[in-house]
Amino acid sequence: MIQLTVIVAYLGLLVLLGYAANRSFRGTASDYLLASHSIGPVLLLMSLFGTTMTAFALVGSTGRAYTLGVGVFGLLASASGIVHSLCFFLVGVRVWSLGRRYGYTTQIQFFRDRLQNDSIGVLLFPVLVSLVVGYLLLGVVGGGAVVNGVTAGTFSQPGWLVADNLGVPPWLASAAICGVVLTYVFLGGMRGAAWANTFQTGVFMVLGLLTFVVVANAIGGGDGLFENMRNASQAVSEANLTRAKIPKPIFFSFLFIPLSVGMFPHVFQHWLTARSAATFKLPIVMHPVFILIVWFPCVLIGIWASSPLSGIPAGTDENTVLAELVRLHAGPVLGGLLTAGILAAIMSSLDSQFLCIGTMFTKDILLHYWGETQFTDRQTVVFARYFIVAIVVATFLLSLVLPRAVFDLGLWSFSGFTGLFPLVLAAIYWKRLTAAGAIASVLTTVGCWGYLFYRSEFGSNARYGFPEASIELVAGWSVPPLLPVVSITVASAVVLVVVSLLTRPPSDQVLAKFFPDDPGMTLR
Amino acid sequence: MKYFVPAMIVALVVLHQDYWQWDQATLDFGFIPRALTYHAALSLMAAASWAVAVRWCWPRETAIGTPDDGQEVTP
Repeated sequence: MIQLTVIVAYLGLLVLLGYAANRSFRGTASDYLLASHSIGPVLLLMSLFGTTMTAFALVGSTGRAYTLGVGVFGLLASASGIVHSLCFFLVGVRVWSLGRRYGYTTQIQFFRDRLQNDSIGVLLFPVLVSLVVGYLLLGVVGGGAVVNGVTAGTFSQPGWLVADNLGVPPWLASAAICGVVLTYVFLGGMRGAAWANTFQTGVFMVLGLLTFVVVANAIGGGDGLFENMRNASQAVSEANLTRAKIPKPIFFSFLFIPLSVGMFPHVFQHWLTARSAATFKLPIVMHPVFILIVWFPCVLIGIWASSPLSGIPAGTDENTVLAELVRLHAGPVLGGLLTAGILAAIMSSLDSQFLCIGTMFTKDILLHYWGETQFTDRQTVVFARYFIVAIVVATFLLSLVLPRAVFDLGLWSFSGFTGLFPLVLAAIYWKRLTAAGAIASVLTTVGCWGYLFYRSEFGSNARYGFPEASIELVAGWSVPPLLPVVSITVASAVVLVVVSLLTRPPSDQVLAKFFPDDPGMTLR
Repeated sequence: MKYFVPAMIVALVVLHQDYWQWDQATLDFGFIPRALTYHAALSLMAAASWAVAVRWCWPRETAIGTPDDGQEVTP
């Protein structure tokens, strides 16, 4: 019960933070959606990092290290350290520059303007919203699983909720998390989200390290931390200390997954909050270090959980491994605080995602088709909130019927965003990109993603690869099964280039607007 | 410095594919599996490389994005 009280108190604190941000609200849609472009380097670093680190990072990394071993760090953490910063450098800075110049709030505004085509927005809107819903599911499912795991046994005295291990049911925890995030996003808008992200990023980094120390000491059973860490690692099977369970082609394929950050609509919106281009320098440099700080302990305690010393039964659901470790090895107060840290990571992504889908609906659909002058700023914000609530309810209902591993849910969502990455890269750096090429590329991404998702039994075959069997080429070369994201991205890029070259080039007016002095980084 | 960022990315990606120590189960400092030590070091190397990139290869075209009067233009 103490754990539950601490968790509820933490959620209450976030609502108060939303109220505080609300007092700084300037009453305009620009302030609500982009914090009036006032975000400095530290807030941008913390909010971008908090946004990209979600249930996938804490719950997923620990759970997948428990099943696959230490290679999980290389699969996503070190790869993200390289590729996320690359996206911030290549895409983020340039998008910020164009966004400030031409007043964009959403990706679709940028693509419509760059391609001089309205249909690209109609096509991209449902695709982006669907992929964001897939990403939202990560947080909703992950949060519910964590709270249920940590509070298991809380209601043993009255004997309530036996089917949910005498703890808070996952659906109720998910609903409460959604409710709290909605509240502080509604109250504080983008400024509230940035403040909450910064606060929560700090909370989950500090409490994550504390979790690491507590779990290491409990599993090691010795006197000092180093001795305990040695004891814990030496009890891990050799297969989990190496990458024996990860095929090399799959390891290579994972380099594509972090490219997804270049097309996340909520990250795009965060980029536009930056005060200046130079604001990006700190996030670009420090992002790999922050990923290291969070993933390193998560992966270590994940492999320790696979050893007999951990007390975690073999075959435990990977979504619940972190919560089980906390429940078994931390006291009730610390357990509650550690759970708050895990929820902080989850909610710091949900808030930006909630806000961005509301922004997309109002800017790309409502105001675009009904006109900017039809609605007051206040009405715009109200419509954004209605749409957000509708999407959150739909996501919550989906979470009840999609009981899949957090890690796999994330991979499919990220694969879709990565498939769209060639589009944003070409829009910024390739003068020859045409609207037809862009539309064909989006349709190819949707078609390939849908086909491969179907072939993977709607995501339930976690080991699905494409091609489904090795294809022998000449001179002993072959194409092994790779993650679906590789095929989706390659097909999307090839179609984008071929169709663009076959259709009429953009007008000189468009090129002059987007490539005014050709600084030498663009392609003709 | 024009080719620094592309060369840096290629180098980091090649170093990321460390197939030569795939089955290495050594525990560095007695508790960190070798694959984890290596990829943690690679993350720090990535941060250092990006520090060089933002210092010496910062895109000069970022200045074109913001109009002098600070006003935005309607898309």
